[in-house]
Amino acid sequence: MNNIEYIGLSQINGPLIVIDGIENDCYEELVEIISKDEKRLGRIIQIEGNRAVIQVFEGTNGLSLNNTRTRLLGEPMKFAVSRDILGRIFDGVGRPIDGYGEIFAEAKLDINGSSINPVSRDYPRDYIRTGISSIDGLATLIKGQKLPIFSGSGMSHNELAAQIVSQANVEGSDYAIIFAAMGVKNDVAQYFRRSFEETGVLSRVVMFMNLANDPIIERITAPRCALTAAEFLAAQYGMDVLVIMTDMTSYAEALREFSSAKGEIPGRKGYPGYLYSDLASLYERAGKIKNINGSVTQIPILTMPNDDITHPVPDLTGYITEGQIVLSRSLEQKGIYPSVSVLLSLSRLMKDGIGTKYTREDHSAVSNQLYSSYAKVEDARSLASVIGEEDLSPIDKLYIEFGRKFDSIFLNQSKSDNRTIDTTLDLGWQLLSLLPKEELDRLDPKLLEQKYGKVNVIEDNTDSMN
Amino acid sequence: MNNESESNGGRPQGSPLRIYGINGPVVTISGHTDLSMQEMVFVGGKKLIGEVINISDDKTTIQVYENTTGLYSGEPVESTGYPIRATLGPGMLSNIYDGIQRPLKAIENISGYYIKTGIDVSSIDYEKKWDIKILANEGQKVNPGDIYAECDETSVIKHKFMIPGNISGIIESVVLNGKYCVNDEILKIKTESGEIASINLTEKWAIRKPRPVKERLEPKTPLITGQRVIDTLFPIAKGGAAAIPGGFGTGKTMLQHQLAKWSDADIIVYVGCGERGNEMTQVLEEFSELVDPKTGKSMLERTVLIANTSNMPVAAREASIYTGITIAEYYRDMGYHVAIMADSTSRWAEALREISGRLEEMPAEEGFPAYLPSRLSAFYERSGIVENLNGSIGSLTIIGAVSPQGNDFSEPVTQNTKRFIRCFWALEKSLAYSRHYPAINWTTSYSEYLVELDGWFTENVNPEFNKCRAIIKNILNDENQLMEIVKLIGSDLLADDQKLILETARVIRSGFLQQNATHQNDSYSPIEKQYLILEVIIKLYDRAKELISRSVPVSQLKESGVFDMIIRAKYEIPNDKLEMFGELLDSIEKKIKEIEDRYN
Repeated sequence: MNNIEYIGLSQINGPLIVIDGIENDCYEELVEIISKDEKRLGRIIQIEGNRAVIQVFEGTNGLSLNNTRTRLLGEPMKFAVSRDILGRIFDGVGRPIDGYGEIFAEAKLDINGSSINPVSRDYPRDYIRTGISSIDGLATLIKGQKLPIFSGSGMSHNELAAQIVSQANVEGSDYAIIFAAMGVKNDVAQYFRRSFEETGVLSRVVMFMNLANDPIIERITAPRCALTAAEFLAAQYGMDVLVIMTDMTSYAEALREFSSAKGEIPGRKGYPGYLYSDLASLYERAGKIKNINGSVTQIPILTMPNDDITHPVPDLTGYITEGQIVLSRSLEQKGIYPSVSVLLSLSRLMKDGIGTKYTREDHSAVSNQLYSSYAKVEDARSLASVIGEEDLSPIDKLYIEFGRKFDSIFLNQSKSDNRTIDTTLDLGWQLLSLLPKEELDRLDPKLLEQKYGKVNVIEDNTDSMN
Repeated sequence: MNNESESNGGRPQGSPLRIYGINGPVVTISGHTDLSMQEMVFVGGKKLIGEVINISDDKTTIQVYENTTGLYSGEPVESTGYPIRATLGPGMLSNIYDGIQRPLKAIENISGYYIKTGIDVSSIDYEKKWDIKILANEGQKVNPGDIYAECDETSVIKHKFMIPGNISGIIESVVLNGKYCVNDEILKIKTESGEIASINLTEKWAIRKPRPVKERLEPKTPLITGQRVIDTLFPIAKGGAAAIPGGFGTGKTMLQHQLAKWSDADIIVYVGCGERGNEMTQVLEEFSELVDPKTGKSMLERTVLIANTSNMPVAAREASIYTGITIAEYYRDMGYHVAIMADSTSRWAEALREISGRLEEMPAEEGFPAYLPSRLSAFYERSGIVENLNGSIGSLTIIGAVSPQGNDFSEPVTQNTKRFIRCFWALEKSLAYSRHYPAINWTTSYSEYLVELDGWFTENVNPEFNKCRAIIKNILNDENQLMEIVKLIGSDLLADDQKLILETARVIRSGFLQQNATHQNDSYSPIEKQYLILEVIIKLYDRAKELISRSVPVSQLKESGVFDMIIRAKYEIPNDKLEMFGELLDSIEKKIKEIEDRYN
């Protein structure tokens, strides 16, 4: 836009630099920073008269106050999109890093996106079959939903996400998978790459890599580039796009690091006060728009520090997303995969995306009853831990048995087990039939008559599991 | 309101205001300006809407209601001379607005499915003609609030046009009945000072200023919501204020939707403040399909929607609450019973915190500004049942959802809200986990309106109603205490009368408190049906107690299935066939009699 170069900086603080005497600069404008023939990119994040605060994507290592030149680029940060991004790998600011050269851009889009007008949204209703009983049956994933996985370090969230990607029922529709890695280890990124390769979807995957040792500022832009790509493919090519973002906790920590460098007043646990709005600006980009075929479905993964679900990151995420799938360490330790903690998990869009038109007539009733009965299992278990299983009343004993079977046949499944919705629901009936009829107060008597004790899909292989 | 803008006429030309600093939604102008606090301004060449929030000798701070990306330093700032105002007039019902009252459908027509910045659309459709019926005569003396005309805004609501804020005098001329646009002149009024004021069909009102009333009245009528746990145990009065705190996944939004659908207010204002976009879409879709049982028309015809979803600009989130309540007050002034649902007030408080942080104000608790309690109280105090300036009775009920961080009710927003509301419907995670909805915890929730509303229930439902409520509450409390024991030793060792309490409490929980929002007979429960279920439960309880005192084991009663018959009643007895409760009582009595005979 203008070709003035500013020489010298006034201040360098962590990932931020400050320049004085700058003119005609605009908020969130991109700048080029040249130091010793090395070019870096930065973004203006605060303007105060002639002083601008700039965040440097590649970090400020090696910058000095005197020998640095900066140039305004005249536009906010954009990502060059095209159908050819499928199968490619980018860094956190959207530059190809797979060695296949630049993208021939069909359009350059502002990575911040814009908010979708609620009037233009199409309420998500089509369910996505993942082949995983605990998700399909109890926390159904809907096309256009944002359903995060709350996990902890060392748990099987990556395997679960990979299994969802490989089994997600997208047959018949044009689809794409966008994978944004934020601050994850190289091994994890490689794991996903390998699993995409194994399931033969790699040519439909776009990867955005910001690994654990990459600059934190790029961690803030990585999911934005990813979602820009997703929105483009959904709107322009009518694709159903599944976006996996991992790890949102690292993202939030990057935001905190950057906020404290900027000297902002911290909110809870040192995270900036705008963490909610910031997370929302990512998550709310999921959805379906009227008269457009494509959709953006998000599965963000986050690790709860110390498995604490009240930590600001999972807490605020839960307030924005349409439900959550929570993994439990105690199930994990019992060797159950996927270790979905059923009572804590929820899909808010489920009620409108299941039933006769989508899955099966009895889906809602079965899942409600399973939830309600499993809640009683927890009561029985805590009682048993006080007075011992022997002294429980007969009905509590039945609940304990029901809980055991629920964990081992309903929850537990192999990493390649792709169950149909019928299998999942029949399995639910098989388990419910372990309990006396009077205990099943969420079921319609007619339905109960029809199905109770009459379904037996999977033999009980409790003892031979794993 | 026209004279407001004139107060600004004296600004010297040639000293245009320029942007000095930009930090997120906060823009500053350097130097001494004569902008006034809360004044609306247009920021930059794109004319983004902003509001003055801080003025010092060398700096004026503006919060911008739109995204500031791409704003240049040095761009002009234009003053308007008036505060942020809502435009009040016909056509607001069944409309959906953003936080600063721009119709989202009009925005969609201009900018497609993404909301772009700097869009200038009017809040009210100026082209549409309304069929106006004039109610005032030439020569009549009128005062602010007096109704001079009306029209059918929707097929269920009559819009009443009132003399705006500061005008009183004699009507000089008036048009005939007929079709008019909102900007057409309807009245000429000769004011006391001799000026002629021209009145059209809209009125502008500063959103942060409560609309005046003649007198506040004592709340004596409940807002019937059709939700049993609320109407029976923790009722709210028309003109009351309630808070619904609950962590994520406890069903706040679901409950707000239920209340918006079924409560017996005339008009609902639903403010989606910092919540999910899909939820607003759902409200729009559902409400237009849903039929109001009282009027037989679409629910949307009595609803105004305001949406500032979580990814829309944060400053507009703060304004959305005020826009909503101003619209609600306007309809209250017409003599309607209005209920406003704000989901969620925590997002509003967080918006305050975010702006306050950008201003580098000294934070109080958890980073929230020190003025959080006063802002909350000012908001909740705008509720009330009142005698309006024109003598009609109207009410404004506020139901605010609160999203406590980490489900911790001791955080500042919940605690401060609690001080200014009189109904507290605490949602509990463990109830939600076992899919008990509405997940209102019956031990920590309360309603301070019980005393005031006693008379209404006695008169309009049943003289025994209040007594029944007390019995039910006692049984639930007893259960609560017994559960402490059960947790230690199991339920087998309890005495039979204690077991009966547990069983009855189970019936109350599953058959009464729990309500299925998707079941056609259960989504709405008329107050008569609520009473009849209570009555059956209590009759059975008394009868069973009698039997147990004659050493009939409680297990006999359980096996006979009488308890489960009551649990199913809410589904099996349709709302228009309440006489079936008689049959239910008979068949229960028959079963009890059988048992009784066996033990005699």
